[in-house]
Amino acid sequence: MTGKTVSEIVAYCEDLFDDLNFTSAREWKKAKPGRKVIGYMPIYVPRELIHAAGMLPLGIMGGGDNLEVIHGDAYYQSYICRIPRSTVELGVSGRLDFVDGMLFPSICDVIRNLSGMWKTMFPHVYSKYFDVPQTYKDEIGGVFYTGEMRELLHDLEEIAGHEITDDDIRASIEVYNENRRAIAELYALRAQKPWQAPASEAYLVIRAGLVLPVEEHTKVVRDYIAAAAAEERPLKDNSRVILTGMFCEQPPLNLIKSLELSGCYIVDDDFVLVSRWLIGDVPTEGDPVHNLSQAFLHRSMSTAAKYEPNQVEKGQFLVRAVKATGAEGVIFASTSFCDPALLDRPILQNVLKQAGIPYIAFKYAENSGQMQPIREQAGTFVDSIKLWSAA
Amino acid sequence: MKPSVVKAQPQDVLKDASMIKQKQMMAAHYDRLTQAPETGAKVASTFVPGNLNELIMCFDLVNNLPEVNAIQSGLRKQSGAYIMEAERAGHSEDVCTYVKSDIGMMMKGNIGPNGKKLPDPDVLLLSYTGCFTFLKWFELLREQYKCPTIFLQTPYMADGKVTPNMIQYMVKQLKEDVIPTLEQVSGVKFDIDRLREYLKKSAQAEDDLVYILQTGKNKPSPIDAYFGGIYYIGPIFGAFRGTDDAIEYYRFLREEVDERLAKGLGPVTPDGPMAEEKYRLVVEGPPNYTSFRQFWKMFYDEGATVVASSYTKVGGTYDFGFRHDPDRPLESLAEYCLGVYTNRSLPMRIDMLCNYINEYEADGLLINSIKSCNSFSAGQLLIMREVEKRTGKPAAFIETDLVDPRYFSAANVKNRLESYFQMVEQKRSGKGAAA
Repeated sequence: MTGKTVSEIVAYCEDLFDDLNFTSAREWKKAKPGRKVIGYMPIYVPRELIHAAGMLPLGIMGGGDNLEVIHGDAYYQSYICRIPRSTVELGVSGRLDFVDGMLFPSICDVIRNLSGMWKTMFPHVYSKYFDVPQTYKDEIGGVFYTGEMRELLHDLEEIAGHEITDDDIRASIEVYNENRRAIAELYALRAQKPWQAPASEAYLVIRAGLVLPVEEHTKVVRDYIAAAAAEERPLKDNSRVILTGMFCEQPPLNLIKSLELSGCYIVDDDFVLVSRWLIGDVPTEGDPVHNLSQAFLHRSMSTAAKYEPNQVEKGQFLVRAVKATGAEGVIFASTSFCDPALLDRPILQNVLKQAGIPYIAFKYAENSGQMQPIREQAGTFVDSIKLWSAA
Repeated sequence: MKPSVVKAQPQDVLKDASMIKQKQMMAAHYDRLTQAPETGAKVASTFVPGNLNELIMCFDLVNNLPEVNAIQSGLRKQSGAYIMEAERAGHSEDVCTYVKSDIGMMMKGNIGPNGKKLPDPDVLLLSYTGCFTFLKWFELLREQYKCPTIFLQTPYMADGKVTPNMIQYMVKQLKEDVIPTLEQVSGVKFDIDRLREYLKKSAQAEDDLVYILQTGKNKPSPIDAYFGGIYYIGPIFGAFRGTDDAIEYYRFLREEVDERLAKGLGPVTPDGPMAEEKYRLVVEGPPNYTSFRQFWKMFYDEGATVVASSYTKVGGTYDFGFRHDPDRPLESLAEYCLGVYTNRSLPMRIDMLCNYINEYEADGLLINSIKSCNSFSAGQLLIMREVEKRTGKPAAFIETDLVDPRYFSAANVKNRLESYFQMVEQKRSGKGAAA
């Protein structure tokens, strides 16, 4: 990919994004006999363990706005979000027939129950609800989480048909550290010069990491950073905003573009959170499972699906993100019927109110098609930010 | 001999003696709660699934259950206004109405069902099992009350089993977080023998509860295990598990049910004893509380009795043998939390419902899908298909809400139920023809 232009890289990533048959993952599997693919849903699974087993972790974030949901709607009432129904559609329609296992992380009751549905609907495919601790003391939550990871490792060894050594895991941690560094650089570039690396492009580049082998993805991210930094792009009179609430069901690409068209520079977000969940490098010395556990407990992102034990700390991650990126406001974009995001929203809004940070809120679904109201709302928000900062 | 139907006047709602007793117990508990500022008692708010009442009592704390408060608001037709109050304050129309009813009630002065102000909690015991929303609910309350919050995470029983890792995790949380913080808040030293005593009492009442719920296997069933069942579970799911009051209540209830059983009587409805038991149903999901009586009437008017329900297992699943065990006190509390109905995987729930249909010789499954409750509702359409497939019995689906009156459409529910009963009849006659 070296020497490719921004538009070439983005077009490549967009092709991956649009491909609901997961051709690249299928081809990866076909390339060598015995290869396995393990799917996972938002928000977070330790992909290092899957990688260490020699398997491809495949992120499944629903079907987006290009998937016609025919069967999936028959499994869910109208008041349940769209990601499980489009995921069921992917499964029932055979689009995931090459996947050797599915992980459903602890995030909410809907994804939790989907884990049991998957077991019932696809009894011959390995599927696991992956529980994570909501308490963060080493001897309590840490020990539990280490136990859960060891159980997953045991299952992966059975699927792989070989042992997974600590050295395998250490090597995988290093590969993912490299990926995290590259993504952190991309976010830093976007925060500094959002006109050079707009969110709609960065999103596609990050999302490519859900389907590509991690080593390949790191290269794509670095190529994009180099190409985006080198390209001359005009600076617009936009407002810098942070987008939050999109940690599970992903927005349609048009929604991100619409926000940008309405005058927003999105300088931070919680898209595809798995790629940034662990903050900084995970140490590669010592017990690698313990290291992953420590990173989860003490150096991971904050989001609505995660319990915050300290009331004073609640929502401060947003205030800090605003300061770090120079954002002028926050947009709460939550999936319809998303209990974690929508229940968390009033608390976070109070935190922002106290910090004097303006915000707006709206809801979306992965297949939202009508962007005009969102553009108008975001445009008005940007105008009001400009007015306030001028005053 | 069939009992004659006694049609009561609308104002004369008939209740069993046990229902009256239960109501008195609940009223006494609310008085204890609202008098807390005067008596100096400290209050722990917590949830029904994962309710650690025996442990709470070890610290002389009074148990306050926000879900039960929301139910009381629903039954008293107050929840609609509370929900709208919360929505006006920025809470989404999409989320759990228990939460919004509670928050709306708080905003309106937190007046309990006895007309007196409920005290602010001294501690929020976030015993989180079966429902993710609990976690957010207490984050919201913590913001208001600014009191200590204790978190007890119950791992999900996703693979249909309890692992040693799960138990160890929970016992460690109890030992190292929950108990020390309860000691601090209450000023009472933890006494494990006191806990053992309470657990012994819990098990005694649990034996009777199981016996009562399993009388639904008889024909006719002497109980309604959904509408009547809600009365039956009140004390043990609430503030009475582990008390002499609970032992006495369940013994009293058992005798009352035994008497009906001996006479071949059906359950007592608000309009009098059930006449003929025409349909035997298993119901999955919580009820609607804002139109509770109207909802129940739609069943008993048609001669439909609920012989088993999943909702009566939401505060503890006892019918597979689990009992609180004084010899393994903390492990036993952990197992209790792990076993509540909504903490069981979907395949486990499907198995349970199929077993109920077979063991209770039910005509079919009815799912009351609750708009507010993803924990129950997500996956229920698959549950319905699977249960139909495995049992060969018809299943039906209705949609209401717990305490939001905007989501109870009486005409729609009635139509669906009438169609369902016709379906059951057709299935029966079809069977007859085949035979």
